[in-house]
Amino acid sequence: MKQSAENQRIVITGVGLTAPGASNLTDFRANLLAGKSGISTIDLRYMGVYPAGICEFAETRYRKKRENNRGTRGGCIGVYCANEAINDAGITFSEYDRAATGVYIGLTEHGTVETENEVYNIGQFNYDVDYWTHHHNPRTVLNNPAGEITMNLGITGPHYAIGAACAAGNAALIQGMQMLRLGEVDLALCGGISECVGSFGIFASFRSQGALAEHVDPAKASRPFDRERNGIVISEGGCVFTLERLDRALERGAKIYGEITGYGMNSDAKDFVLPYGPRQRQCMEMALKRAGLAPGDITILNAHATGTMQGDIEECKAIGETFAGCTNTWINNTKSSIGHAMGAAGVLELAGNLPSFTDHLVHPTINLDNLDPECARPGLVANTPQELERVEAILNNSFGMLGINSVVIVERFVAN
Amino acid sequence: MTRDEIKDVILEIIADIDEEADFNNLDADAPLRDQLDLDSMDFLDIVMELRKRYKLQIAEEEYPQLATLTSCVNFLEPKLQGI
Repeated sequence: MKQSAENQRIVITGVGLTAPGASNLTDFRANLLAGKSGISTIDLRYMGVYPAGICEFAETRYRKKRENNRGTRGGCIGVYCANEAINDAGITFSEYDRAATGVYIGLTEHGTVETENEVYNIGQFNYDVDYWTHHHNPRTVLNNPAGEITMNLGITGPHYAIGAACAAGNAALIQGMQMLRLGEVDLALCGGISECVGSFGIFASFRSQGALAEHVDPAKASRPFDRERNGIVISEGGCVFTLERLDRALERGAKIYGEITGYGMNSDAKDFVLPYGPRQRQCMEMALKRAGLAPGDITILNAHATGTMQGDIEECKAIGETFAGCTNTWINNTKSSIGHAMGAAGVLELAGNLPSFTDHLVHPTINLDNLDPECARPGLVANTPQELERVEAILNNSFGMLGINSVVIVERFVAN
Repeated sequence: MTRDEIKDVILEIIADIDEEADFNNLDADAPLRDQLDLDSMDFLDIVMELRKRYKLQIAEEEYPQLATLTSCVNFLEPKLQGI
């Protein structure tokens, strides 16, 4: 990709995020390097208390409480992240036309929280649908978080959601990149959002599946690759990137976090929930090929692993086969610190790794007290950061239900 | 409910919708929408809140009765008698 014309090279120039335990990239990075868990607990109706990742951020920094009340939690997270990304990128919309700006937001699901709340609400009125809120439809349409961002920022270009289960964050990043390359937009705000901690149904479904993490210490509940892992810690969160074509980014002197050089997406075509390593491997290989890289060129691999018994092993098999003999590839897992932020997972985890290009550190997989031999891979960074001379490329895995796989590769930016 | 109590209920509901609503110079006989930052969805919120609180069913053709504070009170006074 680096051989491409500068108007085909796509760079990340701004990051806005909220994650369990941090509401900006600096704090997020500090937590990851310190091995600090952002996981606490939530007490949900019908469910009781479970480990969960909750975000605390300045909810009224960019819009009023009244607008937050009218919209959704996802919209509130999105508006915060989008504004933070634009500010971080130094974009004032004097250099970009709002009509040539696209908003592409990845979602695992949306509307579950609002629907559950309304069913509960009319339950207080003997299920009389006269009490069903008129806000239900605008809150639950799939483009809701992206649309709330456009209304807040006055962006009149396209906005829509990318529904790709837990691969959605990466998928939105890929979409934004493609739209920039096609010249459909000049600036892309893309990322992922999840508000799913508000849904008892999502917790209950994972529990019914035997895939919901439990632990007396919530900070220890998310433990991918560990023998004692017992499922997913559900988190809310959001991350929005500003993507620009390199020529325009250079023209305005933008700070460049990295260049997206490779990506891959494919489908298992096998099972509703079980992952499939061979297809994950093909997806990683597809991304490497697009980037023009060999596996050994990847410095950091952020594993998708969620802490389920089977899923972690399946991904580790795929990684082991793809990266066999790669002695300079380091593997970490960000969910161990922040849980599984669903549609936001891919982009949040990528964001957490981006500072490694400048601090030369690989943040660790935490809670790895007793490594599962089936997950043991050379280069797995456990519990303490790994210092390197240089980080050249990050490969970010993100997989989801119904067998959707996504991989994004970001390289350290080097001008021609 | 007295007329004053009804007025207070309406203002309380509006304040719940918009905590920044300023009632200091509110003209009770002028349309609320011209004086406060309210849109059609907000009016539906008022209707819903009245339904939840007092089981009032307000038909769509009656919505214009809620245009001003005074017209609200006039409209609601007979419906809230005995509450």
